[in-house]
Amino acid sequence: MRSSLFRFRSSVRSLAAVMALALLHGCAMFIKPPADLDYGRVRTSEAGLYRATIRPDGDSIPQGKLQKWTLHLETAAGVSVDSASVSVNGGMPQHGHGLPTKPLVTNALGNGDHRVEGMKFNMGGWWVVRFRVTAAAGADSVVFNLKL
Amino acid sequence: MSPTLRVSLAAAIVTATLVRALTSDVVARPAFTGREKWTMAERTMLRSLSLASLDALPADPSNRYADDSAAAQLGRQWFFETRFSGNGQISCASCHKPDKGFQDSRPLGVGVGTAGRRTMPIAGASYSAWQFWDGRSDSQWSQALGPLESAVEHGGDRVAYAQVIAAEYRRPYESVFGPLPDLRGLPAHAGPVADTVRRLAWSRIPPTRQREISALYANMGKAIAAFERRIRLTPTRFDRYVDAELAHRPLAPADSLSVEEQAGLRLFIGKASCSNCHNGPLLTDNHFHNTGVPVVPGVTTPDSGRTVGVRQALSGEFSCVSRYSDAKPDDCEELRFAVTNGAELVRAFKTPSLRNAATRAPYMHAGQFRTLPEVLAHYNRAPTAPAGTSELKRLGLSVTELRQIEAFLATLVSSLDVPYTNDAPRSSTQPVH
Repeated sequence: MRSSLFRFRSSVRSLAAVMALALLHGCAMFIKPPADLDYGRVRTSEAGLYRATIRPDGDSIPQGKLQKWTLHLETAAGVSVDSASVSVNGGMPQHGHGLPTKPLVTNALGNGDHRVEGMKFNMGGWWVVRFRVTAAAGADSVVFNLKL
Repeated sequence: MSPTLRVSLAAAIVTATLVRALTSDVVARPAFTGREKWTMAERTMLRSLSLASLDALPADPSNRYADDSAAAQLGRQWFFETRFSGNGQISCASCHKPDKGFQDSRPLGVGVGTAGRRTMPIAGASYSAWQFWDGRSDSQWSQALGPLESAVEHGGDRVAYAQVIAAEYRRPYESVFGPLPDLRGLPAHAGPVADTVRRLAWSRIPPTRQREISALYANMGKAIAAFERRIRLTPTRFDRYVDAELAHRPLAPADSLSVEEQAGLRLFIGKASCSNCHNGPLLTDNHFHNTGVPVVPGVTTPDSGRTVGVRQALSGEFSCVSRYSDAKPDDCEELRFAVTNGAELVRAFKTPSLRNAATRAPYMHAGQFRTLPEVLAHYNRAPTAPAGTSELKRLGLSVTELRQIEAFLATLVSSLDVPYTNDAPRSSTQPVH
């Protein structure tokens, strides 16, 4: 009896292992982005300090080409933010890699607009771009999801 | 039935159900009737891979002669010129063989010695911001200059080449580039090369004269690049299939893909994830990836790939921002925004185009795999990288599926359109080995 119980527990452990492997394997092959992702071009920062808008040059975001964007920043109260230190990073969460370039926010254009240069996406799929904003209202991050 | 067997059976059933649920796109696929049905998303993907989607040849602001036909014709002559070598027997065409798609089918390039990496093909390279497996050049013209002074490739030096041009190409050179610099009093051999004698001779040349000679040397690269960028890919059977499919035209036999090839195409853009990196009409993202390729047997230090390549690109004597470039600083954006450090660069190599790859064994940056089945088995297995971290994930493809992808890759083959082919090259292209 004890032997049978041991075999049963062992088999359950095997089943769990097989299921976990199947899940991992399946996820690696056929993973799709979360269904509820917000692909909006206007996002509120994580702590709610800023509201940001991205305006890529042109309607669609091309694949494999360097591009310039405009990042518009305003406070939660809707006041344009011209004086800010902004860094950019990002990547493909499902692939585990970052951006193929090192984009920079190069200058403030006035009225809360900031020039972003060096944006590039070398693959199709779900990308994340994160702007880390430090300005008078404080430091906060705003994250955009892109579908290429 | 014993409890153990019952539980194992249950495990198998649950697992099979789970896997099928996760692979709903496979389950939902309609029965195959000889001509695949593609969804809208798949048709968009197919269009993006077709040669018809290839943009016009991009301008190269760093090379004002890039689209000068006289420079291109001179560049073609120089591509085949064996006097541009240390032993008078090696030309660009010794490794970039026109009858082999401008590569040499060897694991490692062989010039006056043996190179450390595989010879890359040329067609389509103008579309890439980075040249070489590690992207250590940021233009086609600066790429051409690397092998010319490599101790194991052409094995020559720029002062010797300047004298060949003065003796053999003065008139065509000057008609394209203007007056040659004064070469009187220079040693027969000198250049910033590995050879210490030639290097010492170079250091004794005044900087002003060094710059004149280096400008001439840069012009050699610019002419060769002007020729190379005119080498064009032509549509393959895959392209004709996609074009007919997208236009809802009946498929002529010559435009058809077999059942096996279509299945391979579906895997290529789906389950096998090949099109993640092999995307766009050239089937490359022109970026750098660590795919866990094994180290060449006998090599003790793994090739670091892009880690070193990007540093060389930034400090390159003939980079986009160098004095020899014709670009304005604002034109050099790829260099300006390049990722210069980080774990992702370790042993990352450039994604090669898959156009004509089926005819281009052996594979990878040092010819580590002899055949396409070996390459596909590697991607299916996704082994741990010898250095850095591989981006690959195990694919779980069956033997049949691997064969289908291989069959699809064979549909990506076509001839090249090479300019000035009626002009006989003035030098032999035969390798010396």
